[in-house]
Amino acid sequence: MIDYFKEVLGGFYSLLAGMAVTIRYFVKPIVTVQYPRQKIEMSPRYRGYPQLIIDPETHVHRCIACDMCARICPSQLITVEGTKFPGEKQKRATKYIHEHQYCSLCGLCTEVCPTDALEYSKEYRLAGFRREDAVIDHLVLLQQRQYAVGLPVTPIPTEAEIAAAMAEEAAAKEAKAKAAEKAKAKEAPAEEVKK
Amino acid sequence: MNFMVQTLGTAGATMVVGLIGVMALVAVNALFLIWMERKVSAHMQLRPGPMEVGWHGAIQTIADAIKLMGKELITPEEVDRPIFWLAPIVIFLPVLLSFLVIPFSASWIIRDMNVGIVLILAFSTLAVLSILMAGWSSNNKYAVLGAIRSVAQNVAYEIPLLITVMSIILMVGSFKLTDIVAAQERLWFVLLQPVAFILYIICATAETNRAPFDIPEAESELVAGFHTEYSGMRFALFFLAEYTNMFICSAIAAVLFLGGWHGPILPGVVWFLIKVYFVIFLMMWFRWTFPRTRFDQLITFAWKILIPLAFANLLITALVLKLR
Amino acid sequence: MFERGLEEKTFWLNLGPQHPSTHGVLRVLLEMDGEYIVTAEPVIGYGHRGHEHMAENRNYQQFLPNMGRVDYLHALAFNQGYCMAVEKLMGIKVPERAEYIRVITAEMNRLTSHFLWVGAYLMDLGAFTPFLYCFDDREHLLDLLDRITGSRLTYCFYRFGGVPVDLDEEFIAGTRAFIKRLRSRWPDYDNLVTKNIIFIKRTKDVGVITKEQCVQYGLTGPMVRGSGIAYDIRKSEPYSAYPEFDFEIPIGDNGDVYDRYIVRIREMEQSLRIMEQALNKLPEGPIMAEKVPKRLKPAAGEVYQAVETARGEFGCYIVSQGDIKPYRIKLRVPSFANLSILPEASVDNLVADVVAILGSIDVVVPEVDR
Repeated sequence: MIDYFKEVLGGFYSLLAGMAVTIRYFVKPIVTVQYPRQKIEMSPRYRGYPQLIIDPETHVHRCIACDMCARICPSQLITVEGTKFPGEKQKRATKYIHEHQYCSLCGLCTEVCPTDALEYSKEYRLAGFRREDAVIDHLVLLQQRQYAVGLPVTPIPTEAEIAAAMAEEAAAKEAKAKAAEKAKAKEAPAEEVKK
Repeated sequence: MNFMVQTLGTAGATMVVGLIGVMALVAVNALFLIWMERKVSAHMQLRPGPMEVGWHGAIQTIADAIKLMGKELITPEEVDRPIFWLAPIVIFLPVLLSFLVIPFSASWIIRDMNVGIVLILAFSTLAVLSILMAGWSSNNKYAVLGAIRSVAQNVAYEIPLLITVMSIILMVGSFKLTDIVAAQERLWFVLLQPVAFILYIICATAETNRAPFDIPEAESELVAGFHTEYSGMRFALFFLAEYTNMFICSAIAAVLFLGGWHGPILPGVVWFLIKVYFVIFLMMWFRWTFPRTRFDQLITFAWKILIPLAFANLLITALVLKLR
Repeated sequence: MFERGLEEKTFWLNLGPQHPSTHGVLRVLLEMDGEYIVTAEPVIGYGHRGHEHMAENRNYQQFLPNMGRVDYLHALAFNQGYCMAVEKLMGIKVPERAEYIRVITAEMNRLTSHFLWVGAYLMDLGAFTPFLYCFDDREHLLDLLDRITGSRLTYCFYRFGGVPVDLDEEFIAGTRAFIKRLRSRWPDYDNLVTKNIIFIKRTKDVGVITKEQCVQYGLTGPMVRGSGIAYDIRKSEPYSAYPEFDFEIPIGDNGDVYDRYIVRIREMEQSLRIMEQALNKLPEGPIMAEKVPKRLKPAAGEVYQAVETARGEFGCYIVSQGDIKPYRIKLRVPSFANLSILPEASVDNLVADVVAILGSIDVVVPEVDR
């Protein structure tokens, strides 16, 4: 009998204790934000889609189209093409497509990049109406971002320019090869003499 | 007005005006209660609740109602069509009829019957019939389980509810609701009968199928219980009935324990509504605090704790009344 | 109160694949006699994505993001298990600071997983409000993890040989503040849930699993600890920096649903202790091993590495044939083994209890299906 009343009263007390908690929280200030009106700043390392870094000195991207990111990507969603333009030491990206709908944001591409050309954006509004909306052309995106902060926009090489550059490159290579051949031809008799 | 009094007589005219008033009250009350429920739950959970439509989301429920009205009424195959169609309507019948005898103030009462409380208790038992109809006709196992649970639950809470109310009736000596309120002019019965009040609130929560006793519609077990197959406005009717039922149960609590329309300064109706909404707030507070009971535990609880306590309360009341 | 009827007539009820309390695409086929369960049969495979097969077609690094998606709730432990297995295969020594960072973040992730479990479990039992209190706390943790790992759910953070990102001051300060905050909130959780009579009635003596059953079914994690066996990979086969911390393994005594709840709640407190100690003892130094080749090509061999996730033992078994791709990766996931007890535990219980038992197992369906 005593146990019975103990249980009833104890149970009743436990319910009151629970109600005390909820009423205390009832008068506490709310912790949520009204999203479209209030926004939270993303943390510095937030991983949005990867994007090309605008180099603080040259104001252009640093991508040398080495294809490392495309090769390490688990979903093989990066397409990079690059051409060596006359008068430049290294290749430069002429096309950089990131198909974000397949991206798992693992961060391997940004880490593998030899020139640290990639960073994460802070963009989180990624909804689109079509699958193609998720495909990001990084060079176009770069232009938009440059325009937004008032930097000179990096032009995207056109097909003709690429073809011209490639032709020139090929010509230069051929010339180089010929020169090398000539040099070899010159050296060869000398070697024979040595023997 | 005059025309109505002439043709229907005074009683008839009050009836018609009252019914129109009741319909309006049911609609406004449900809209307000749904908004209140959302706000109460939201603030208990540290969030703001609806904020966009109207001031603090005040007309959000109207927007929701319009959305529900615009929805297609889906009748699944192989349901028992007449019963399926009738159930949401039948659930409204007892709820609306109960309004007949509720005294909003000394004069605001549609029909002051001398068996008022008995009428309400009789009608409130009818609600379980429509739940059974809805569950049975839906041709859905979850719905049937919900209906069965509802009937079992009905057995559990009706008896302690009646016995508890009995102790109040003993004190007043009348079934008439206005008499019961009049008897509390100086001292509310909640102070004389605290145990009865607690028992009544528990039973009322079970009666309205609300957490922690929402086992007929237990969301995480039976998906939506008896109204799993209902959509659109039919679902809204069940919803409306639940909130109206809450109002009725709280109104009875206000009448039986909280002194009805009595209170200083403010007019009687305002006091009555304040008390009703206070009791409703209590019920919402329960819902957003407690886990759900299991249905056999509810029955055990009812038979082992509620009924003995209710009987003890009745006995003590009778003894005190006799000795006085 | 309700005895099982002697009638032969039973009916089948599909609990899922779309059901509020199966938390994903698990389907439980129940044979029922009234509200009582005669047999219960989990039907799995709705979320099968073939992670193990995917591993055979990718090189070692490319499989990393998959690990965050097997068990999305305690992704960092899966990251850790896989990274440690590959490191073992390659013989890479991880710097101490990196191990500490791994422990801190993994414990944090364990807390988020347990928070989600507590909230979702109470929602199964019909209490909605604790769910949002848990999410409030969890959100603080996710903000902290977001600072370091960059993501909030499907982490891909650990790398072979260490971690890519170091902790910053704000993270350390934030973590300390969170530990303090959570400790001040335990009484609220106790009053709201643990001591609540309805909660106790719903969970005590429901779904009792004996020690023998635990061993027979190969259960791990809070399931086995709830039944009173102090088995925790962090203690029994210490890995990473865990041997350097002082923490206890909470165990229950009955093996019922309530015990499993208590075990998880106590484990959260132990996680806080580990995080606190790790922050206090955080050594200086590099966060990445020096000589990690860009192209991993381990010698032929096989390796098994187990870690303790929020749900139990996760084992990663790798067979290498000296190629850049693993020959076979087998993931031993805890939820799969834990789920196998459901038919035995839920027989002769009510539907409401099955929901409680299923919830207490804490299945992550993508993990079961892999």
